Amino acid sequence: YHQKICLHCDKVNRKSSHICHNGGIYKRPFKESFEETPMLVAVLTYMGYGILTLFGYLRDFLREWKIEKCHNATEREEQKDFVPLYQDFENFYTRNLYMRIRDSWNRPICSVPGAKFDILERVSYDYNWTFKYTGRIVNDVINMGSYNYLGFAENSGVCADAAAEMTLKYGVGVCSTRREIGNLDKHEELEKLVAKFLGVEASMAFGMGFATNSMNIPALVGKGCLILSDELNHASLVLGARLSGATIRVFKHNNMQSLEKLLKDAIVHGQPRTHRPWKKILILVEGIYSMEGSIVHLPDIIALKKKYKAYLYLDEAHSIGALGPTGRGVVEYFGLDPRDVDIMMGTFTKSFGAAGGYIGGTKELVDYLRTHSHSAVYATSMSPPVVEQIITSMKCIMGEDGTTLGQERVQQLAENTRYFRRKLQEMGFIIYGNDDSPVVPMMLYMPAKIGAFGREMLKRNIGVVVVGFPATPIIESRARFCVSAAHTKEMLDTALNVINEVGDLLQLKYSRHRLVPLLDRPFDETTYEENED
Amino acid sequence: MASGQQWVLVEMVQAFYEAPAYHLILEGILILWIIRLLFSKTYKLQDSSDLTEKEIEEIIEEWQPEPLVPRMSKEKPAPSYNIVSGPPCHKITVNGKQCINFASFNFLGLLDNDRVKNQALQSLRKYGVGTCGPRGFYGTFDVHLELEDRLAKFMRTEESIIYSYGFATIASAIPAYSKRGDIVFVDEAACFSIQKGLQASRSHIKYFKHNDMEDLERILKQQELEDQKNPRKARVTRRFIVVEGLYMNTGAICPLPELVKLKYKYKVRIFLEESLSFGVLGQHGRGVTEHFGVNIDDIDLISANMENSLASVGGFCCGRSFVIDHQRLSGQGYCFSASLPPMLASAAIEALNIMEEDQDIFRLLRDKCKHIHKELQGILGLKVVGESISPAFHLQLEQSSGSRESDVRILNRIVEYCMDRKIALTQAHYLEKEEKFLPPPSIRVVVTVEQTEEELEMAANLIKEAAQNILQ
Repeated sequence: YHQKICLHCDKVNRKSSHICHNGGIYKRPFKESFEETPMLVAVLTYMGYGILTLFGYLRDFLREWKIEKCHNATEREEQKDFVPLYQDFENFYTRNLYMRIRDSWNRPICSVPGAKFDILERVSYDYNWTFKYTGRIVNDVINMGSYNYLGFAENSGVCADAAAEMTLKYGVGVCSTRREIGNLDKHEELEKLVAKFLGVEASMAFGMGFATNSMNIPALVGKGCLILSDELNHASLVLGARLSGATIRVFKHNNMQSLEKLLKDAIVHGQPRTHRPWKKILILVEGIYSMEGSIVHLPDIIALKKKYKAYLYLDEAHSIGALGPTGRGVVEYFGLDPRDVDIMMGTFTKSFGAAGGYIGGTKELVDYLRTHSHSAVYATSMSPPVVEQIITSMKCIMGEDGTTLGQERVQQLAENTRYFRRKLQEMGFIIYGNDDSPVVPMMLYMPAKIGAFGREMLKRNIGVVVVGFPATPIIESRARFCVSAAHTKEMLDTALNVINEVGDLLQLKYSRHRLVPLLDRPFDETTYEENED
Repeated sequence: MASGQQWVLVEMVQAFYEAPAYHLILEGILILWIIRLLFSKTYKLQDSSDLTEKEIEEIIEEWQPEPLVPRMSKEKPAPSYNIVSGPPCHKITVNGKQCINFASFNFLGLLDNDRVKNQALQSLRKYGVGTCGPRGFYGTFDVHLELEDRLAKFMRTEESIIYSYGFATIASAIPAYSKRGDIVFVDEAACFSIQKGLQASRSHIKYFKHNDMEDLERILKQQELEDQKNPRKARVTRRFIVVEGLYMNTGAICPLPELVKLKYKYKVRIFLEESLSFGVLGQHGRGVTEHFGVNIDDIDLISANMENSLASVGGFCCGRSFVIDHQRLSGQGYCFSASLPPMLASAAIEALNIMEEDQDIFRLLRDKCKHIHKELQGILGLKVVGESISPAFHLQLEQSSGSRESDVRILNRIVEYCMDRKIALTQAHYLEKEEKFLPPPSIRVVVTVEQTEEELEMAANLIKEAAQNILQ
């Protein structure tokens, strides 16, 4: 139940959506909404989980007494007297709830993950315990699930040609670490380009986005430091924070008052028990939170960081390339100076159609990481064709390849996002997040609807991603759409019609704030209060 | 019914009148106390701040954090990387000098193989470069499934699972099984990724001396005695031994048959890290299990990275379905990270094809290792550390000059000497402050199948020369 107290406007916001201006820090209206769960829906969802749990216990009982066949793989005969590898209750959720709707996940595809893709059809004759491939391929399924924001996942075109050339010239592997003999000239070129793209002094690239966080946060902070991390941070940030050995304190999601309170307490009281002052304070936030679709309140955080002399680590995994008038990320979206963010981290997987991560910052920071990062000394460097794909796509976004293709894509993404979100809200679904975020979570709530939504959409040739517990709170399961610049208006319209149909079929239109349908005029910044309750 | 209730009420009122005074007073005080507790402020664990607003502001003003990164001193500038221009294959161009590559882990010479490159190219033309999603959300491609299948068949296990980064493989696998309260017995010379996996798992770690089975048995016995004191806890504490097939830090091979014996005697599970031994040891390149003839089902989990022999990127774990399937939902590097780019998976499949077709390269590689190992024996000042069949072994200083820094500098001079004369070597680099048991500084020499006998001779002679010139 979200009751948002806006830090700037100083009034309790009883409506679930809020727009704030804060006299100048926010240069454009910052509109985000997290509508409260309707009471009836919450009750029914809990009941649903209760019934599933009861059935789960019943099935476990039947399996133990061998009345029902057990499909689980079992321990070897020779090792039956070892301590069991898994505890039974740990896997209760997996066995009894996840297994029943398992076909919504891990769907194998066999084409480019572009705007449309081909899915391998699979069937299960034993209720999802095992899958068999029928051999048929479902062609041209509209892709609303892959993180392909700027549409660079393609197998032809400038980027693919450059990567192909690099494959033949350099090969695919590197077989050594950056510190030893795996530092290719291509890596240096990439790092200079990334620094230029972000507007920072220097940058360093790594082979895996997850590992970028988990290997570099321990290199920057250690014992005696404090990490203030957002409630809904990604697993890689949490792992990196844990491995560093610093004290971790969590503040409520995007809540600046909570963060300020923690900062004040930390500086005034120092370390617990000894009251020695903290060595460093590091704030960990993400640009776009992929499960909520919310954008971080960056101007507020930078103001707080400057006041309390903390350091800011910004993880732009989803927002780089996707936000901002030229795709430079959340810093450009708010019109701020990249030098205010101490450590800018991001990944190349989402908007650049490649793999890997980067960290950008001052030259001192990057020089330090080159010697002290775990990845530079122990992990293999990035593969050359992947590096080339990043270089080409980044040049395209920056406009350095001589075309306006990159700029067009960034604008197309912004338009698609606004259109898609608007239409879904008009239809009456509950959509979370900021109006400008290309990640669109749509609430499903009930466990049975998770499986039903995934399956019905696939039947109608749309591939969507559904998420439930434990990635989200237990009653807030959702479907998450990722809008891409590669989607044409026709594709979005088809998808929207299908979502409308399925939404009526499964009764997903929970929203109590109906938007007045706009005439087809471009989104005008003078229109605000359009909700009718 | 109503009369019954009324009757109870009358009884209550009567009791109230008949109760002694002190009883009523005591109850009254208790009720007032409860009301007071309900309305008083919550008890704060942290000392309540009786500082004034002004004092708080002052403290905030005064506090100065350390700089984000420590300043690099001017006398010791950060060592710069070697820049390799062009592909890092057999003939490599390092810092502008053309050399023969004795430093990349390209054991089977597949980095420059045309078949592998063409297969990767075909895959690129079909799938593009990136996968744009984790395995759970449309990031599973048919090539991933094929590669997992092929690896499982090659290693003769039930199932295998692929990761997109070699370092993350064992570092995600260990915390998926071993949690807080479990016990892990690990070799002192374990590589850094194992150490990070152990740190993430929060289990009790017990180190045993490198390759010393007696030491391991000693601590296993100790653990058994402790278990007898607390059998209830022992019944739920899982135990693991983590060893490497071919140790990266010392070039030694782990004694697998003894380990399997200890496994059944003390009921511990074995996790085997085979990054260097996959594609090197064994008649068909299946690793240390084939080398010793151990039944592969006796090992609970085998983890390896595809960045050495397979000349691709990424890693895999293989074993029985009972063990491996768990990682699909609880391996952090698998669930929360984008999947391996399909062209790299295709390259790995083609490399596996080549490994299966040409069985002779393994024996060839071992012969070359033995050759150069013999040649490098007896150099004054340098000792060879590693098995004779290990393709990645170390050259350490026989006598340390006193400080690690000066040792590193001497070895660096040897490396530079060799690089100037067309042999590319590298020192083994470690993060000195982060390693649990820091190995002594050394030069790592890597033998690949592509090196000819003349090149091996040349390298050995050059190293002897360098040692003579610099160490004498």
